[in-house]
Amino acid sequence: MNLNLCLTAICDGVSSAALLYLTALGLTLIFGVMRILNVAHGSLYAFGGYLAATFGIVIAQRGLPPALALPALVVAAIIVGVLVGGTLEVTLLRRILDKDPILQLIITFAVFMILEDVQRLIWGSQPYFVSDVVNQLGMTTVLGITYTNYQLFVLPVMALVAFLGIQYFLKRTRLGREITAVTHHREVATALGVNAKHVSLLTFIIGASLGALGGALASPTTSLVPGIGADVLVLSFAVIATAGLGQLAGSAVTALVIGIARAFAVYLMPEIEVLVPYLIMVLVLLVRPQGLFAAAEVRRV
Amino acid sequence: MKRKVFVIVAVVLCSLMATLGYGQQKPSELKVGITTFVSGPASVFGLPGKAAAEILIDDMNRQGGINGVKIIPIFIDEGVGGDKLLSEYRRVVQEQGAKVMLASISSGSCNIVAPVAEDLKVLNIMWDCSTEKILESHRYKYVFRSGANATTEMIATLIYVLKMKPDFKTIAVVNMDYAWGRDSWELFNAGLKVLKPDVKVLAELFPKFGATDFSTEISRLQALKPDVILSTSWGGDLDTFIRQASQRGLMRNTLFVLPLAESSLERLGAALPEGVIIGGIGDHYFLHPETKNDPAHKAFIQKFRAKTGSYPIYPSYHMAQALAALKGAYEQAIKNNNGKWPTTEQVADAMRSLTYKGFGRTLHMRQDDQGLEAQLFGITKSVPEYPFKVLDQMMIVPAELVTPPVGEQSLDWVKKITPAMLNSNQLKTYQYTK
Repeated sequence: MNLNLCLTAICDGVSSAALLYLTALGLTLIFGVMRILNVAHGSLYAFGGYLAATFGIVIAQRGLPPALALPALVVAAIIVGVLVGGTLEVTLLRRILDKDPILQLIITFAVFMILEDVQRLIWGSQPYFVSDVVNQLGMTTVLGITYTNYQLFVLPVMALVAFLGIQYFLKRTRLGREITAVTHHREVATALGVNAKHVSLLTFIIGASLGALGGALASPTTSLVPGIGADVLVLSFAVIATAGLGQLAGSAVTALVIGIARAFAVYLMPEIEVLVPYLIMVLVLLVRPQGLFAAAEVRRV
Repeated sequence: MKRKVFVIVAVVLCSLMATLGYGQQKPSELKVGITTFVSGPASVFGLPGKAAAEILIDDMNRQGGINGVKIIPIFIDEGVGGDKLLSEYRRVVQEQGAKVMLASISSGSCNIVAPVAEDLKVLNIMWDCSTEKILESHRYKYVFRSGANATTEMIATLIYVLKMKPDFKTIAVVNMDYAWGRDSWELFNAGLKVLKPDVKVLAELFPKFGATDFSTEISRLQALKPDVILSTSWGGDLDTFIRQASQRGLMRNTLFVLPLAESSLERLGAALPEGVIIGGIGDHYFLHPETKNDPAHKAFIQKFRAKTGSYPIYPSYHMAQALAALKGAYEQAIKNNNGKWPTTEQVADAMRSLTYKGFGRTLHMRQDDQGLEAQLFGITKSVPEYPFKVLDQMMIVPAELVTPPVGEQSLDWVKKITPAMLNSNQLKTYQYTK
């Protein structure tokens, strides 16, 4: 029984970690390059989810082939990333890069609140739930517990693809290496001929798309309601703070740890489940204030 | 000098008389403050409540308001949080001059506003919140509840479950982690221990309010295999839980008991399977077996659908009850006052023995300011007439049977209930008819 419990808890934990990781990855990538903690990331998550749900409804209503449902999720995320993310970067974020971090936080928080209202204007306040994708993909029974193939395979695979894709992009492509250069030192990179403006825009769009992808992939499993972005934002922040801000690979590890620990908590001590991510964060930050995977940084003046 | 004093005294007396006279005079309009969620996850209740208020107040005003006085609603968003809600509440009473407040949906909000209403001496009708603790721990002069309290709702649920599935051995609960989720389980569990003490509680899960994923809870429930799963969740949380549970087959072998799911029936559509126990938090249902053919009810449903595109759900019906109580109390107080416009105290007195009716059964207000509201339950069934599940094997549990008498504390009373309750001849059953 105990081994079974461990295996099912790991299955549950991995799928929730996958969703969490996608959102956290976007947030930490943006922070790494722009040094802005983008609170509006929660809205991008929500917009991605709602747009994906809208696509799902259109596919079902127009009788389009159901096989389109899964790619539609990714398309929705990219549309939100480019349109909403791109607009945000051009109109607002690039103008506040050199401002006080507290001010940046407040400004992105304001954007978050505005977008939350925009989202209510567009999609209303009644819960949305479009789960055709999940039903199409069927179920798998593991040790007597029925899982949807969507959570067991699709979510972890998507997270893995995003992780490997980003790693490849940053290390093996010219554009990716430019991003890495800007992450290390914006001024030096600019002096060496990297167009930091382009890099920022591109990074923001990629990060925003990842956030929207988190929402889009979550949409078939959950009800979309007003306020859904806030919750995810706080959890993603716990993940990236635990890993160390800007740590892409580290975030994957902490997302897994947090996801699996929460699953175990539901089995063993459901009362502390909500606390688990923050307990882990506090314990880590007490010992390593810079985060689990970040090297202590010399403060740049 | 003497003359000066005389003038001052005369002026003071005159102005005093003017204010006294003003109190008796019929105002040109009656401002009613209404707190409801227009933001946040609870807006799934708040907006249907608000829509109902707008429709019904419009209707009332077209028929001459209350004795010729128009009702002017002032809406306050409960979603702004406790402190802000309180300052808005005070502002609407003190600056905008609302004489009656309909507050609130959340029991947390009710806890906050009840003592303030008493301070401000403004009539407050708690139109949707159900925590029994407010009226059991205090005697208020100005605070009323037009619907049932949590004890009535949960003990009625227990009776229906025991009637429909008397032989279950194990139960698990999945409630939202906040006052209502905890309190409703405490009441249900206390009743269960008295009426069916051999039932084993396999898991008590309280996922976070607003949780978006219940996969782990569902895995655990699949491993535990309880006979019954109770959930008093609502809104997006309930929808997500039901969809995930039905996708993964948890609902095939387990009886789900969902006392608030009347409010999710239309939204869940085909995702909700047959054979699930559903409650209406009162006798609220657009196909209420006793009132579905009432012309007033039919007209309300039609207007509500035209305005919102959906069938009314229980918060809309709660709003109807509260407005009926408000109107009834004013009219009774005017009668008691020989046709003159009453003071707030006179309205409160009239309210205390009021009989009023929304779109369900007739309700009675008790001396402890608690309304007696019957409870409707049913089991889901697919029918060709609707694209979502309807209720079959319905039962209406009268409030008198399942509400502690005036002055008794709920948890003490629940310990004294007996299985004789289950055989009461007041439990009426109905099948689904078109």
